[in-house]
Amino acid sequence: MTGSGAGAPASCWSCAGPVDAALPFCPTCRAVQPPRPLDHFARLGLPVDFALNIAELDRRYFALQRQLHPDRFATKTARERAISQSQAVSLNEAYEALKDPLERAIYLLKIKGVDANPDGCHTVKDPTLLMEQMERREALMEASTPSAIEALAREAASHVSESEAAIAAAFAAGDLDGAGRETTRLKYLVKLLEEARARKARLTAERSSAA
Amino acid sequence: MQFLQIHEPGETPLPHEQERGLAVGIDLGTTNSVVAIARQGKTEVIRDAAGSALVPSVVAYGEDGVVRVGEAARRELEYQPETVVSSIKRLMGRGAEDVKTLGGTLPYELGPPAEGGMVRLKIGERVVSPVEVSADILRTLKDRTEIALGQNVDRAVITVPAYFDDAARTATRDAARLAGLEVLRLVNEPTAAALAYGLDSGSEGLYAIYDLGGGTFDFSLLRLEKGVFQVLATGGDAALGGDDFDHAIAERFFKERGGTVSADDTKQMLMVAREAKETLSEQPTWSARIAIGDVQSSHTLDRATLESVIAPWLDRTLTICRGVLEDAGVEPAALGGIVLVGGSTRTLLVRRKVAEFFGREPLADINPDEVVAVGAALQAEALTAGSDTLLLDVTPLSLGLETMGGLVEKIIDRNTPIPVAKAQEFTTYQDGQTAMAIHVVQGEREMVDQCRSLGRFELHGIPPMVAGAARIRVSFAVDADGLLTVSAQEKTTGVEAGIAVKPSYGLSEDEMAEMLRASIDNAREDMDRRLLAEARVEARRAVNAVSSALVADGDLLNAVERGAIDQAVAAVEKAISGNDRDAIGASVEVLEQATQQFAERRMDRGIRAALAGRHVDQLR
Ligand SMILES: [Zn+2]
Repeated sequence: MTGSGAGAPASCWSCAGPVDAALPFCPTCRAVQPPRPLDHFARLGLPVDFALNIAELDRRYFALQRQLHPDRFATKTARERAISQSQAVSLNEAYEALKDPLERAIYLLKIKGVDANPDGCHTVKDPTLLMEQMERREALMEASTPSAIEALAREAASHVSESEAAIAAAFAAGDLDGAGRETTRLKYLVKLLEEARARKARLTAERSSAA
Repeated sequence: MQFLQIHEPGETPLPHEQERGLAVGIDLGTTNSVVAIARQGKTEVIRDAAGSALVPSVVAYGEDGVVRVGEAARRELEYQPETVVSSIKRLMGRGAEDVKTLGGTLPYELGPPAEGGMVRLKIGERVVSPVEVSADILRTLKDRTEIALGQNVDRAVITVPAYFDDAARTATRDAARLAGLEVLRLVNEPTAAALAYGLDSGSEGLYAIYDLGGGTFDFSLLRLEKGVFQVLATGGDAALGGDDFDHAIAERFFKERGGTVSADDTKQMLMVAREAKETLSEQPTWSARIAIGDVQSSHTLDRATLESVIAPWLDRTLTICRGVLEDAGVEPAALGGIVLVGGSTRTLLVRRKVAEFFGREPLADINPDEVVAVGAALQAEALTAGSDTLLLDVTPLSLGLETMGGLVEKIIDRNTPIPVAKAQEFTTYQDGQTAMAIHVVQGEREMVDQCRSLGRFELHGIPPMVAGAARIRVSFAVDADGLLTVSAQEKTTGVEAGIAVKPSYGLSEDEMAEMLRASIDNAREDMDRRLLAEARVEARRAVNAVSSALVADGDLLNAVERGAIDQAVAAVEKAISGNDRDAIGASVEVLEQATQQFAERRMDRGIRAALAGRHVDQLR
């Protein structure tokens, strides 16, 4: 989104003049404008792409929050305060969705028309994936020392990185089916990693309270 | 990305600030409170004649009708302990039922709860709520600043523990309102500390704030980067603090001396316990001969014993630290530093345990008692005078709804950046069901009865349908203060119900109004002044909008039309300089009517320009 050609201008609520729909501020009177329906990438001024530079994402997010966060409008009119809050809400939503690779993959598939089935734990059709995950989960359940769990968590973490790279490659090649399959796998791996961390934390806490 | 440049950061200069009083930062603590102010980035902690910044969070409601706050109230502990209230922060936003589960001997006598179930204390003939007690402390801080600086104080940033739930936050806001302070923002204590610390040291990177106060513990993980203070994760316990140490020591002393213990005895023994604890931060042993009630006794305590008494609480804080780090996937080694905040971090064992856990010495070169108020003052200045720094905070606890079988459906997860809005659809589970009860809870557990209940409301008028056909969308919104609003709507018919979640144990609007009437004579005046200020802000916004439009598109008007608009603008400006709120509002309305046709022409021009732009694009 570059701001031009985004269709008919909206009307500024404050000075009633024309405002390009993609702009958060009125070019004439500078009043903050309500958030428009933009996709998360456009909202943060980023290209629609899985391979995203996190430092750039942070930079854009911080720059926009600096202008739009309610803290900037504490002494403005009630209407401006309310609008800035909805702008900040939209920014946070976009940031949260893009920051995490799994969320980003699911979102990107969604806007490209593929339902990655976010709660689809029960509908995995890939038997290899199913076997792989069951084995890993069993190994985790059997691990009884923090160091054994740590080793499993490290392994899961490296699989997560590999999976993210595979998703990036699939998107780059325009292979949405492949990206979808790999996203389902990533979902499992992330869950496994979370469980490993939680189990390790529990075990460490038990040990330190027993000591 | 042209829109990044349109509005320069920090370009929110606020004209006519002098119409308003000063905006201060307040750390409303369990044990002590502190007030500070920032001007042009320079902070000043308000001190008494003796140079002390700490106002004990103690209030005495004398039989003579006089309310004493701070040192004066603490002195009353010796003579009339039954009139003295301390550690009231622990009861903020609590119901009578909660208090029973707080454990320990509370040094209060409870009165009949308020209408909404909020706990109240019985002090002699008086019955006071925690909100009123806190308001008395806030009023003292306000007065103290006004006397010290010779200026009116009417706005404040007030800090709360990051782990304070919605009920406690609302109670804090209500207390400020009672004290005649407009709350610019509630800021989490560790975030305020980070702001003061980061700006002071110019630090960048990941920092952990370990904040152990009198009654609350918070642990927050932040990223500091070029003026941005981004909270990544936070955890804590709203009922764990130095008070617990005092109670444990007091209990030990009572055991040593034997005999019965009254609520007043507890208050006095807690004073002794605190003195022992504080002495042991400086010296290896403490001993004293005391007389409480009719019993005389002598006690000794050495540092090793103190440490074994308080160790269990410190282990609990470290378990919380571990959880927060795990949550964020951060190793202790990745931290740029650990900052200690809160008076209880003066206890030597706290420093030792924290150093051991993180494998490095914590940073304690800032005054742990004052840093939170200083951060709040900086934020108050940022909000009123503009600033380049930005605080990005998170929700400390997950927010959800009760579903079938007493289970919790989470709508907003903990550690989500605020402000945030999320919605979820539910459906009816019985044929012909026309109402749905919505029970809002806060907490991490899966069962409703293990979470904190924030409020209940009902959505009525759902048209009778078969089970599962209705689509009820429940929306949660958390603002930048961490306060929640919930609303519900049936999507197929548009029937709506909403509440600003008034916590189960909060004040009703009527109770609030009654208290305002009773507590301050000038409440009405305060309110009028505030509404007048708001009307002026709105009127200036309208004048600014029209002036900008005239600069951009003034050529669309002939001289007569222009004259009419100029006249309407002049009328608004004249009204602004007066004190009549209604006249200001009326003049703005006239201005809006006078510019209606002008606005239409501007839109026409804008649409033509957009079409032309598109045409040019297509030619390329
Ligand atoms: Zn405008």
